[in-house]
Amino acid sequence: MKENKKTYWKGLEQLNNDPEFVKNADREFPELPSTLNEEGSASRRDFLKVMGFSLAAASLAACEAPVRKMIPYVNKPVDINPSVPNYYASTYATGGDYASIVVKTREGRPIKIDGNELSPINKGKVNAIVEGSILSLYDKERIAGPYSGGQLSDWKTVDAQAKSALASAGAVKIVANTIISPSTLKAIQQFADANGNVEVIMYDPLSNYGITKAAETYYGSAVLPSYSFDKAKTIVSFGADFLGSWISPIEFARQYAQTRKISKEKPEMSRHYQFESTLSLAGANADYRTPIRASQSGLAVLALYNAIAKKAGAATVSAPAVEIAHLEKAAADLWASKSASLVVSGSNDPNVQVVINAINELLGSNGTTVDFANVAHYRKGDDAKMNQFVTDLNAGRVGGVIFYNCNPVYDFARGAEIAAGIAKAKVSISTNGTLDETSSLVQIVAPDHHFLESWNDFEPKKGHFSLAQPTISPLFDTRQAQESFLVWAGDTTSYYDFLQANWQGGLFTQVETSGTFQEFWDQTLYNGVLAINSTSEALAPVGDVSAAASAVSKAYSADNASAELVIYTKVGIGNGAYANVPWLQELSDPISKATWDNYLTVTQKWASENGVTQSEEHTSKASITVNGKSLIVPILIQPGQAEGTFGLAVGYGRTKAGRVANGVGVNAYELLDASKGFVNFDITSGVEVSATGDSYKIARTQTHQTFMGRENVIQESVLSEYQKDASAGRSHPQIYKDGEFVKPSKISLWSGHQYSQHHWGLAIDMNSCIGCSACSVACQVENNVAVVGKQEVLNRREMAWIRIDRYYSSDAPADDLSAMEVASSNPEVTFQPMMCQQCNNAPCETVCPVAATTHSSEGLNQMTYNRCIGTRYCANNCPYKVRRFNWFKYHDNKDFAGVNVAQNDDLGKMVLNPDVTVRARGVMEKCSMCVQRIQAGKLEAKREKRKVKDGDINVACAVACPTDALVFGDLNDSNSKVSQLLKIEENTTSALKEVNEERAYHVLEEINVSPNVWYFTKIRNKDLNEA
Amino acid sequence: MQVTSSVREPLVTGGKTYHDVTHDVSRHVEAKPNIRWFLAFLTSAGVLALGSIAVVATVWEGIGMWGLNKTVGWAWDITNFVWWVGIGHAGTLISAVLLLFRQKWRTSINRAAEAMTIFAVICAAMFPVLHMGRPWLGAYWALPLPNVFGSLWVNFNSPLLWDVFAISTYFSVSLVFWYIGLIPDFATIRDRATGLRKIIYGALSFGWDGAAKSWSRYESVSLILAGLATPLVLSVHTIVSFDFATSVIPGWHTTIFPPYFVAGAIFSGFAMVLTLMIVTRKVYKLEDYITMGHIELMNIVIIITGSIVGIAYITEFFIAWYSGVEAEQYAFINRATGPYWWAYWSMMTCNVISPQLFWFKKIRTSIVATFALSIVVNIGMWFERFVIIVTSLHRDYLPSSWAMFYPTWADVGVYLFTFGLFFTLFFLFAKFFPVINMAEVKSVLKSSSDKVHK
Repeated sequence: MKENKKTYWKGLEQLNNDPEFVKNADREFPELPSTLNEEGSASRRDFLKVMGFSLAAASLAACEAPVRKMIPYVNKPVDINPSVPNYYASTYATGGDYASIVVKTREGRPIKIDGNELSPINKGKVNAIVEGSILSLYDKERIAGPYSGGQLSDWKTVDAQAKSALASAGAVKIVANTIISPSTLKAIQQFADANGNVEVIMYDPLSNYGITKAAETYYGSAVLPSYSFDKAKTIVSFGADFLGSWISPIEFARQYAQTRKISKEKPEMSRHYQFESTLSLAGANADYRTPIRASQSGLAVLALYNAIAKKAGAATVSAPAVEIAHLEKAAADLWASKSASLVVSGSNDPNVQVVINAINELLGSNGTTVDFANVAHYRKGDDAKMNQFVTDLNAGRVGGVIFYNCNPVYDFARGAEIAAGIAKAKVSISTNGTLDETSSLVQIVAPDHHFLESWNDFEPKKGHFSLAQPTISPLFDTRQAQESFLVWAGDTTSYYDFLQANWQGGLFTQVETSGTFQEFWDQTLYNGVLAINSTSEALAPVGDVSAAASAVSKAYSADNASAELVIYTKVGIGNGAYANVPWLQELSDPISKATWDNYLTVTQKWASENGVTQSEEHTSKASITVNGKSLIVPILIQPGQAEGTFGLAVGYGRTKAGRVANGVGVNAYELLDASKGFVNFDITSGVEVSATGDSYKIARTQTHQTFMGRENVIQESVLSEYQKDASAGRSHPQIYKDGEFVKPSKISLWSGHQYSQHHWGLAIDMNSCIGCSACSVACQVENNVAVVGKQEVLNRREMAWIRIDRYYSSDAPADDLSAMEVASSNPEVTFQPMMCQQCNNAPCETVCPVAATTHSSEGLNQMTYNRCIGTRYCANNCPYKVRRFNWFKYHDNKDFAGVNVAQNDDLGKMVLNPDVTVRARGVMEKCSMCVQRIQAGKLEAKREKRKVKDGDINVACAVACPTDALVFGDLNDSNSKVSQLLKIEENTTSALKEVNEERAYHVLEEINVSPNVWYFTKIRNKDLNEA
Repeated sequence: MQVTSSVREPLVTGGKTYHDVTHDVSRHVEAKPNIRWFLAFLTSAGVLALGSIAVVATVWEGIGMWGLNKTVGWAWDITNFVWWVGIGHAGTLISAVLLLFRQKWRTSINRAAEAMTIFAVICAAMFPVLHMGRPWLGAYWALPLPNVFGSLWVNFNSPLLWDVFAISTYFSVSLVFWYIGLIPDFATIRDRATGLRKIIYGALSFGWDGAAKSWSRYESVSLILAGLATPLVLSVHTIVSFDFATSVIPGWHTTIFPPYFVAGAIFSGFAMVLTLMIVTRKVYKLEDYITMGHIELMNIVIIITGSIVGIAYITEFFIAWYSGVEAEQYAFINRATGPYWWAYWSMMTCNVISPQLFWFKKIRTSIVATFALSIVVNIGMWFERFVIIVTSLHRDYLPSSWAMFYPTWADVGVYLFTFGLFFTLFFLFAKFFPVINMAEVKSVLKSSSDKVHK
């Protein structure tokens, strides 16, 4: 055997006994160089090399940043191009508020809401709440799926439970805020048909039941009219804050502003009288404003009726005499502008609204400024039905209750009773998307999609339709509420199909189109809105004013001696549905300039009588008792409020809204009075207020109330003066140089910039700025501006890039500086939007040691965050104080996670605009004039091989502005709207533009920083002797 | 006509011999630290450690730890900065300007004054770095260094950048000047010492041999450095004042600032020198070297500079009225009568009224009164900077942005930190360095007739 053992050679080398082979024969990898020395052990050098490498490799691996993978689409979704936004038309409609919107999405994430320009109602405009509502989509406190008995469940279980419970429940009530969706109503109807005993009860937190009820009494039809403020030459409002919160403020603000814009070509404007108890946004814009007590308001309306009736030769009604300043004048103006006059009232008392109807009827306004034919559907709430429901619920007469996207436990006057009564219903269901005050009490929560995840249709006004479409796949296991109704009715159609079918069978048959339904649907969906011709009949009065008048004269008194509480609505928080959006909490209220709180507004007189003082943020608390209910609230001294009146805003005091809103302020809804058959926001008896003396701090972004008579800041005049001289109210500072006085711009250390391409500028009309602050929230969303929370606002560190400066007038003589700091008891109010003025001779640019803020070739003062070392010298040297510093790290910081949710939560971060850097701690930031939009617009034009057209690029604030008070554009383009407004004739590339518009001025012209922002003088339509 | 010069008062009293001078100064360096020194040193180091908490908190959390806000972007930080820089003026003034003017009385106080200058400038330099939002970058981005960021350069238009140059130049020159002066004295200590001390002081004295050639070079270098330092005395605070003077803020935008700031700096610097010298003199029993004559002369400087700043304050008001600029007028009325009136009147009392007491010889030659007033002056000068910075910023052009500034614990803590640092350094200096320039004092020992020896 041994002899036969075969030998296998590894190769010829082995056979030949090649010396090279023999040497390396026992090595595993003979072809590689030896790592061993002759003795077979590693050399010192090798050891050190290997050691060094491993150490370096190990430590490098340790320092490696976490890998964040960018994975390209394998199959790219249609229409989604990275970094290219898509826009979808949709609709915002909650709690009776309506806006047709366009949603901007980036990589499938909705990041911004703008108005839909095709909508005849809001015409491309939005307000602060609509802007802010987008963040509620990314609220991590939305519920993840259906709940049953307080536990997360699944749809199958919940549906089975709901179906069987509803079938045996008996009388089922569906409680909702105004539903303006025809298809939703149809789905609910289908549910009602399947279940039998079903009733829909609508109520609105901000009820306008008085108007619809009065229409029923006076015109025989319970409708809400459309108002046309744009057609009114004289506007009289009794406590209706139609620019801030009354019915449809976006629409009304736009209309109103049209009557307030003046120019040489149209040197006329409407005259606006406001009779109100607390200073509202509308009141702040009024030409004549008279503070009246809520208890007098009915009598004031009667007095106006009598004054008009006298002029019209109609019968007057008997009414107690009441002394109201400017009322006679208002009547005269109304009568003089007959049929172009408008009288509105914010009262929810149907009797008062009947008298208002009668006045408008006498003035011939019905059909011109008030339209009872083309009715609006925004408010269908029925306080009487709701009252009955609460009574029934507590009496055990309600078998099943479904709360359809509403929160009456929080926002109805008898919320506490509802909370107590829910358990008495056999079955209680809510479709709310969060476990709020109401849905946390029900048995089953079947959460609806967020409105940005939903399909729906709306009919905000007769003949006007709009669609809502999803802009993102549902983030949670939610289901459209309409689909829930259908499922519970035994119908498994998806709501999208249901909706389409409803349109195909309904609206499609009413429009004249040659195309198919699909074409019609696609086009309508693209447009977002649809208007159809609808026949409308004007309503003629069928009722009588005398019964209402006598009821009013009984219910109101001219000399109420007791304290009165007026419950009002703030522009930023509204009815409180979006209170959990921190942008809205931190939005500085345009009147009080306060954030993160509601507070009892008191008059200056009451404060001095009760020893209450307020300086800077320091204030104290009061105890308010209304018919047995007591609340402890901070005090805010509010000029312009009627004596004996206290004000408190709704929308606060949420307990289950989420971590942002919970515990902020007190719930004023609790104090509302529903005892008279309607929800009364004016509590004129049983109110007791006493100062407790406890100190408190209200976070206000502006603590100084007056402009100290500084004409370089606010330049104003009255209409009659303007008509004589277009430069009325202008102040022209002159600097003495070489024996003569010259304009400040004639003296400069600077050689001046040249802008060969574009020269961006902004024109701001202080006549049309109503102070609504939509711009401020729009800017915050667009530019990823951080929310810093109450404590940091108290520290005066809010980050807003654009703010509304609100100035009151003062009665003090100009030389009494400390008295000038105190506002008049009924002041004139001026709003001045203030943002970076993009100075051509920028004081900030020269002082930055590291050149982090520099001038662009297009007139922008640009801020390079990466270069900023945070000396704050620029902010100190900014005469407008518009620069904002990152005092702390606001993003990804647990200290700010509770307020700055858009920069801390994983979900919240989805709202961030990817085109704008989230700023680091320690750097300065400020308005960039939306430079990312400018850049995008220029790129788009370049791609299309054309020049940038006027309108291609617009800044977020100007887009949002419901009154077009802000106009942005290229000053080098003589055809641009801004150049036309400013009357820049010469086509010059110089930074210094000759502006020929007499009203236009630079704030602080005398220091010649040469801003690219111009303000137009504030003109009031007042008599000269009263200005 | 015959003129008889009066006999000069001796600059050093007590009939000191050269040996006495060496011994009186060196013995403190050579002796073991006593308990009093330890207590003082530990207290300072404790304050330093306590203040460090605020410094760490500021760097860790952000500038938000301080009381600053959107309207008042600088407050205690820059107030403290200017205050410390001001204090740092006396040293160079005494050693350089008085050297050029042949004021020989300066010799016994210049060493401590220069040391104080250097420590004060170190304290001052803390603030420009600490007050930055991103000091980890700003500390070197503020320097015109070549870099890989493209053609990224500093902004030479910015007064803050001028500050960087002014302060660093001043610090370097002062340090070199001080150290050159120390060399012969270190050599003296070296010559008296044995063991480790001999090695250390030997190294510190750079091999000084006391040869005539060395002395000649020493004198030349001193004179050259004095010539270099003299314009710096004027330039540093002039440039610091540019931070304000070149801005557009009412109350800052004032051409009077450069001379007014320089006078104020000398004023506060002398006050600080007095505060420290009075204590050192007492503790180290150096009354024969730092005599009442010194104190009186320094008090006279304080009257003069105090009066200059007083006139400057009044001139500002006059110009505000005369300019006809509304914002400017308001800024000054607001200083005197606004919410910070107490700061303004503290400043006026401490800086303008109190130094006038030195017109009385009794007060100006009283150790206790001088000590008390020197502290009052420094309080006043702190308020001066606070008034200029905070009351100008807190109510400027747009009333909508008017706000108040309230300091936080971190503001106080960072200020304490610099106090701790200053005194820690000063006590180390007082223990290990010769506090009086022995070599130069010896040169003035026989400057007047022996006959007046008492």
